[in-house]
Amino acid sequence: MNDFRERVDRDLNNPLLRSNFREAMNFLMDKRSSRFPDDEQLQSLRDLGASIRKRALSKLPDLLEQLEARLRDNGIRVHWAESPEQANQIVLDIARHHGAKTVIKGKSMVSEETELNEFLEQEGVTPIESDMGEYILQLAEDKPSHIVMPAIHKTRQEIAHLFEDNLAGCEYTEDVDALILAARKELRKAFHSADIGLTGVNFMVAETGTLVLVENEGNGRMSTTVPNVHIAMTGLEKVIESLDDLPPLLTLLTNSATGQPITTYVNMISSPRQQGEDGPEEVHLILLDNGRTIPYADKEMRQTLQCIRCAACMNHCPVYTRLGGHAYGTTYPGPIGSILSPHLLGLEETKDLPSASTLCGACSEVCPVRIPIPDLLRRLRHEGVRKLKSGEEAVIRGHGAKYTHTEKAAWLSWSKLYSSPALYRTFALSATLFRGLTPSRMKGWTDHRTLPRPAKKSLHSLVKSYRKQNGASL
Amino acid sequence: MAERHLRQYPSRPKTVYLYGTCLIDLLQPEAGLDALKLLEREGIEVCFAEQQTCCGQPAYTSGYDDEAREVARLQMQAMAEEWPVVILSGSCGGMMHHHYPKLFAGLPEEEQARRFAERIFEFSEFLVHVLDYQREDKGEPETVAVHTSCSARREMNVHTTGWALIDGLSHVTRVVHSHEFECCGFGGSFCVRYPDISGAMVNDKVKAITETGANRLISADYGCLMNINGALEYQGEALKGEHLASYLWGRTGGDSCE
Repeated sequence: MNDFRERVDRDLNNPLLRSNFREAMNFLMDKRSSRFPDDEQLQSLRDLGASIRKRALSKLPDLLEQLEARLRDNGIRVHWAESPEQANQIVLDIARHHGAKTVIKGKSMVSEETELNEFLEQEGVTPIESDMGEYILQLAEDKPSHIVMPAIHKTRQEIAHLFEDNLAGCEYTEDVDALILAARKELRKAFHSADIGLTGVNFMVAETGTLVLVENEGNGRMSTTVPNVHIAMTGLEKVIESLDDLPPLLTLLTNSATGQPITTYVNMISSPRQQGEDGPEEVHLILLDNGRTIPYADKEMRQTLQCIRCAACMNHCPVYTRLGGHAYGTTYPGPIGSILSPHLLGLEETKDLPSASTLCGACSEVCPVRIPIPDLLRRLRHEGVRKLKSGEEAVIRGHGAKYTHTEKAAWLSWSKLYSSPALYRTFALSATLFRGLTPSRMKGWTDHRTLPRPAKKSLHSLVKSYRKQNGASL
Repeated sequence: MAERHLRQYPSRPKTVYLYGTCLIDLLQPEAGLDALKLLEREGIEVCFAEQQTCCGQPAYTSGYDDEAREVARLQMQAMAEEWPVVILSGSCGGMMHHHYPKLFAGLPEEEQARRFAERIFEFSEFLVHVLDYQREDKGEPETVAVHTSCSARREMNVHTTGWALIDGLSHVTRVVHSHEFECCGFGGSFCVRYPDISGAMVNDKVKAITETGANRLISADYGCLMNINGALEYQGEALKGEHLASYLWGRTGGDSCE
């Protein structure tokens, strides 16, 4: 993770990647805005979304208890995992119990977070990704670069070559439909032979004990209904209070993410197979903490957990658009990643992420649940450079990871200069008097720009002269 | 971030403070003086508080709250009378209007900061909403591209007032550039911490602006202008961005302060 700057260098200088992301983000931004023509309606929907998520988080422990009870009543088994390792072990234990050889997977960012695929492979269980993007990445031994469109960094040509090399009987074609059909043929076989289906979850409804999963390809429906066992895996913050809360959140999610009024499939899973029905005999839910309870404990940072993973923040982020997702080096890239990853991984590992933003606010302007991302980035910067007072407890792992004496001393001097009118006058006078001595180069700045030179006279002294000449007041 | 509820504006005051900002003070002071004369021409008494320095934003966005507070305190003391504060930057305006109350939350100055924040108006916002500024355009016909800072747009919600002032100039055609809503890549310390990401952003911005073929580039934020102008000059472009205050002053018959 700490080679963030190296990855930035690598990806900024990849013109194909740059243009892929620019075009894809333009497309997604246009799709979203075409779905929200009326700003007032959008703003009140965002208010509603934010309040639903805030309410759910305000009673999180109670809702989780209620959820667990309802799910158990419905026959769904609930597992709690504190760490990625525990979550993976729970999956493996279930797989071993059923003698499972293959697991067919719907898209799950939490399973990316726990690196489940790598773990299962080591343990002799074969994971097969069935989301088209994830399927491509698995073939390419690559990682998601976007949380909704995981393979968005791949060109059609790259995918055509990949399928030609890896899928039996698939010839090179740039016809998207033909490519999808080729993959679907392979996947159809996998759905039928898989022992377990594993998916993520978008929302969990505490009132009814329902797991909600949205998708467009039908692979989620297949993964949750064809194999005999379904394992759902998600972060514990995804709970909402009641079914009434669901429609506005779904509307916000799908419109913000892909500009769709609703996804092709909305799966609502409330129990294993009932008598006379089809579906899996066993349904499990794994609830992962992995550091989420850390921001939960802080009123401001708790807002991070409001996220419904629509990715609108990355689609609109000028930094993400230039870098793509891999440069961040974390499961969740972009603005949401830069405020979430420090809690999941600690600030030591992620200390460069909060400062890799201009705080332009494009993210929070589109966030469907009104997460004040720039405020949270700034807060993390603050926690990164602050020393704890005696007896004070850290609000994040790796607190103070970015603290250096040099930088602290520089800001102290800066503060002294700008909080003392007398010092500032002297400074301004010498900067203007000796403007000829201004260096023509400054590390970083002059790689792309010329450096401005101080004016002959500061505004302070221009105003003074003007007042003298015009005899004016104040 | 962006304010949803329309702000309540005061009636025309007798006196205002003019806040020049630290960048304008040392790098583009003419814009400050032009703004001062323009406000006086509207019949407003202008106080340029001599003790003003910087709003504290550089330290604040870098996470150094104590250091930012020291500097912020001075600005509030320097402009203690209950007059509106007219600020020549949406970014410094956002700092004082939105972030001062948070910076002093739970401290003895909390109430002072809150009241101070209510008196903060970005320059174009003040002209349009408080002064109902209307002046005859005396300049030649030309096309103008506008860059609005992200804080002006999303914290102060004043991109529309900047446009309105340009659109009020009858011989000027305002052109919109591609991705106009997007950040220019300045971001304060961001541009030196991540010079290449910032460089990629400002190069795209420069390309979008020059592609419009506009004769002029206008912005009400000198931070962005310093960034965009630096890149324009680096690339050998003749175009050079100007502060909105100077442009308005020049187009409506004001003398140059040089």
